[in-house]
Amino acid sequence: MVDDLYQETILDHSKRPRNCHTMDDANRQAEGYNPLCGDKLKLFLRVENDIVQDVSFVGSGCAISTASASLMTESLRGKTRAEALALLDKFHDLLTTDSPVTKDLGKLVVFCGVREYPARVKCATLAWHTLKSALTADVPDPVVTTE
Amino acid sequence: MSTLSSEITAGFDVERVREDFPVLKQTVHGKPLVYLDSAATAQKPSCVVDAIRHFHEVDCANIHRGVHELSQRSTAAYEETRIKVKKFLNARSTQELIFVRGTTEGVNLVSSSWGRHNVKAGDEIVISAMEHHSNIVPWQMLCEETGAVLRVIPMNDRGELILEEYEKLLGPRTRMVAVAHVSNALGTINPVGQIIEMAHNAGALALIDGAQSAPHIHVDVQALDCDFYAFSGHKVCGPTGIGILFGKTELLNAMPPYQGGGDMIRTVTFAKTTYADLPYKFEAGTPNIAGGIGLGAALDYMTAIGLDKIAAYEHELLVYGTEKLLQIPGLRLIGTAREKAAVLSFVMEGIHPHDIGTVLDREGIAVRTGHHCAQPVMDWFNVPATTRASLAFYNTVGEIDALADGLRIVKEVFS
Repeated sequence: MVDDLYQETILDHSKRPRNCHTMDDANRQAEGYNPLCGDKLKLFLRVENDIVQDVSFVGSGCAISTASASLMTESLRGKTRAEALALLDKFHDLLTTDSPVTKDLGKLVVFCGVREYPARVKCATLAWHTLKSALTADVPDPVVTTE
Repeated sequence: MSTLSSEITAGFDVERVREDFPVLKQTVHGKPLVYLDSAATAQKPSCVVDAIRHFHEVDCANIHRGVHELSQRSTAAYEETRIKVKKFLNARSTQELIFVRGTTEGVNLVSSSWGRHNVKAGDEIVISAMEHHSNIVPWQMLCEETGAVLRVIPMNDRGELILEEYEKLLGPRTRMVAVAHVSNALGTINPVGQIIEMAHNAGALALIDGAQSAPHIHVDVQALDCDFYAFSGHKVCGPTGIGILFGKTELLNAMPPYQGGGDMIRTVTFAKTTYADLPYKFEAGTPNIAGGIGLGAALDYMTAIGLDKIAAYEHELLVYGTEKLLQIPGLRLIGTAREKAAVLSFVMEGIHPHDIGTVLDREGIAVRTGHHCAQPVMDWFNVPATTRASLAFYNTVGEIDALADGLRIVKEVFS
């Protein structure tokens, strides 16, 4: 059923994305682009002492990519860089493997339905790829694409 | 059923046509398949599948090489397709017809072979605002290499080319005008006869991207007087990986080979190679023999039904579909040209095309979502992407109703 994909939380975050604004005092940012569907996203981070203090995004995309970006911003605050990147790996596993759903994903488990929709994995991971780029790139404003 | 749909059914036996397409008789996610993505690739009738199977099971051999029976049979079957294409496009001769992988390779052959020898710095290539990437990028590459300039014919809000602006772009530096006959993203049928004439009056050549016209419109390359015309086999119910480039003999003769290899040569020594005559000069290496044979079967099939009948039926479907979709609140059609092929490209307020596509897929309905390899078109209409339902002669009014019902479900999910 399509409801397994578009769970209530996902619909809610796609219609009312949280932390959806630019950030003047960001010290890291990156752009993500999914050429296949035209989704665009700009991510802003304020990282101090290796801890994500604040995170926000702007962009346009489908319900899955918008909700994913919104829920990602909610789950990153207070995490160290290493913790944030570890969460990305777990999130990726949630979408692409049959591994059992782990508790430490928190609200992000609502994306487990994406497993059944391989064509939509890129939508759900765009924000996370952009996060990885923002946290690890050598250049100040990197641009990533899902292709 | 409305009056309109019964009129359509009376004139065209779509149920009988559908019997020829086994792929249509399946369910997807528990629902009958509604295939509305024929502009991406058309489905294949049994006769095409049978022809390819027959080649592999009975006649399989390389062409133009062996004296043995199988090679003669496969050569004859492959070359028979060229004769069928000659009729299909009303070319003057089979030597004007080059087998290529598809429209994209056809355009690349011209931009590479003709382009590099005829285009210099400061020359101009004219394309249009509604081109598929395959009729943009090869010319951009040529321009980058030679220092030529790419000029773009603009379009209006309906998605029609503005010919007055096109006239202004033409000049003594114009070498080539390359435009789509039918837009894949919008469905617009361009007045290519007039566009070609205007190009010729300016001393330029004209290439027509026929990927979306060959399946839907009776094309006559002599009447159009185009210099080049390319189309893909898989969009006319043939297999993928095969297509045709038509070029006028004198132009093809003056062009250097595109690729070197076997089959395109007359003699080879380490000192010098002489090239084969047309069309083989442009056909290096063992080609897609099965594909060529499958294309022949597809053209027989389309011709037997009749392109004019196909066009008339599809137009009725388009009229019906347009009316149906416009009844859905918040839906906006992208591409409302007065001359239009059966393409329904649209956006829905507040709902991304990918989400629309996923929900429709769960209803068994196959549509294309995205930029349709025409990003400049999306930018012009200021949308990131559209949902596109593209119709073929095997579609029914019932399937259009299913699409409309599916879109109502989409609205419920995202309300």
